[in-house]
Amino acid sequence: MDLAELQRLGEQHRATRKSIRIHCCTASGCQASSSLLLKQRLDEAVSAAGLNDTVQVVSVGCLSLCGAGPLVEIQPDGLIFEHLTPDDAPAVVAALQGEAVPQLQRGDPHSSFYARQLHIVGRNCGKIDPEQIDEYIAADGYQALHKAIHELTPAEVVDQITCSGLRGRGGAGYPTGLKWATVAKSPGSVKYVVCNGDEGDPGAYMDRSVLESDPHLVLEGMAIAAYAIGATEGFVYVRGEYPLAIRRMEIAIRQARKAGLLGSQLFESTFDFKVEIRIGAGAFVCGEETALMASIEGRRGTPRPRPPYPAESGLWGCPTLINNVETFANISAIIQHGADWFSGIGTEKSKGTKVFALAGDIRNTGLIEVPMGITLREIVEDLGGGLPNGGQIKAVQTGGPSGGCIPAALFDTPVDYESLTKVGSIMGSGGMIVMGPETSMVDVARYFMDFCKDESCGKCIPCRVGTVQMYQLLTKIRAGQATNTDIELLKSLCQLVRETSLCGLGQSAPNPVLSTLRYFSEEYIALVQAD
Amino acid sequence: MATPTSKPAATAGTNIKHPSGDNRFKILEATMKRNQYQADALIEVLHKAQELFGFLSHDLLLHIAHSLKLPLSRVYGVATFYHFFTLEPQGEHSCVICLGTACYVKGAAVLLAAAEHELGIMPGATTADGQVSLSSARCLGACAIAPVAVLDGDINGQMTVERITARLVALLGS
Repeated sequence: MDLAELQRLGEQHRATRKSIRIHCCTASGCQASSSLLLKQRLDEAVSAAGLNDTVQVVSVGCLSLCGAGPLVEIQPDGLIFEHLTPDDAPAVVAALQGEAVPQLQRGDPHSSFYARQLHIVGRNCGKIDPEQIDEYIAADGYQALHKAIHELTPAEVVDQITCSGLRGRGGAGYPTGLKWATVAKSPGSVKYVVCNGDEGDPGAYMDRSVLESDPHLVLEGMAIAAYAIGATEGFVYVRGEYPLAIRRMEIAIRQARKAGLLGSQLFESTFDFKVEIRIGAGAFVCGEETALMASIEGRRGTPRPRPPYPAESGLWGCPTLINNVETFANISAIIQHGADWFSGIGTEKSKGTKVFALAGDIRNTGLIEVPMGITLREIVEDLGGGLPNGGQIKAVQTGGPSGGCIPAALFDTPVDYESLTKVGSIMGSGGMIVMGPETSMVDVARYFMDFCKDESCGKCIPCRVGTVQMYQLLTKIRAGQATNTDIELLKSLCQLVRETSLCGLGQSAPNPVLSTLRYFSEEYIALVQAD
Repeated sequence: MATPTSKPAATAGTNIKHPSGDNRFKILEATMKRNQYQADALIEVLHKAQELFGFLSHDLLLHIAHSLKLPLSRVYGVATFYHFFTLEPQGEHSCVICLGTACYVKGAAVLLAAAEHELGIMPGATTADGQVSLSSARCLGACAIAPVAVLDGDINGQMTVERITARLVALLGS
């Protein structure tokens, strides 16, 4: 495979495309509402109407507004249909022929839900068939990998990533370029690249969607990373709860290998890179990098103290680069368009875009990609459309069990790593749960503590015992049996667990309690008895 | 040619035939062989074993431990650490209620209570007649269509107490 052949493949595929494409979302969300059957019926309806020469039905990834699924988009017109049933297929085809179809629910592609988004990670989501490598190649796929290998030295690739200002999308926001540089500098002839797709935060499904909608984008990012740091082997670690993401990634790896885009001597260079998939088995703590590595090695997913960091001693003791799915999905665009282009998007310290899973008590639920620096108010009001039945939103929860609840009064906070930390939450991996006036914040805090106590791996005592104690205190408070002393005890436990736990799970477990105590203390006080 | 790695060499493990002659062991054998009987493939092997047998019996764990030349404590430790693996036989049908944050905000707790009531069991258990196993999940990533219940592997979005009850009644009757 060389560049000319890659371009020829893309050209060839574009030539086979028909002038009208019916994009039918077959990501997990829409599949749950019979989109596979819908796609089949659409195929039949196109044939029945004798339109096979001009119209094709394409199975695509996420079309963003998951709550209105199954979704269908017609290209090039950009028409969107929502809440379809398989029986609607003939009507969709009739609409193509200009017939009025009042029975179908139309989406508005110019509404602020779509118009306010900016797609870098999701630029192919909902546009290409994720199970066909040719579709990705026709969308200029793997050209960034070619550019990296043939036009840039590994050090220049690292430089580009550093200058772009990209930060880890798993939640902590560590500068990606710095991490790459550290692994690149670490001595050792064998190095590994690991893609963390163990998206365990409840309420977050961005990584699932990227893996289901555009798996080659992630593979290309991993390959560029491997070239930059000098690795020849990579692992994609995907949650066992995501069977479709696993299947599509397996297909992608197989197709890329067959096309010579993974394996030996990529683009006729001396660079080799092979990727294996590893399936998680339902342990939240495996999202923590040292636990994840233990799991890849086939052991119990318990974290270990750092240092040494994986960058120095990771998988089987070798230097290992671990990045999140979304981080890798940003790489090819940076290499293709340059660091300056990327750093022109976002805020001073948080560059680019962020994908969020918008869910909970909100009108428009789905997956959104927005530039960093957008305010929470813009997200929940403009894109989200507010509460489904009107009224005042109470809070937004970001960062899952490691994050916090941000009250409505702070909705003008810009979405960037520093600002969210300042208000007591975190960027997190991208779950954004909107809570309406009926939600009890004490209940939410207890819910997350229940989660953390169950998911604590049990290795260190502050986390193992502390989360149980905090959960019991929260249960007591909710039952109206607690006193002010219990609240004080809860606060001191929060501090203890935060400062003495071994890994991020325990260190951040108190966050939902602390943030609700900070902003919704009246709800705690209302439940507390006099001493 | 295999890429050089510093993974421990595949000295462990050999082809050990299971005395039962059950054909499923042959398929499991193929998975272990493909992974060169390496210890780091333990989780993949357990996934395959559970897929084939429905649950991980002690006999099965022993067989895997012998084949991969791992201490039984290591195999048992891994099998019990991860939520995905079950050491008990499962019911004919399965009902999973997602307890992710979005589902929780949308009333998943009420759904779970309704399922518990209808089946007369707690999450993690199977009905006495072996028909239905009930469990809860941490988040299935279908947050936009919360609350979600998975019945026999099919994701059902925007679930209501009425719908889940009706589905469970149908499962119990089947």
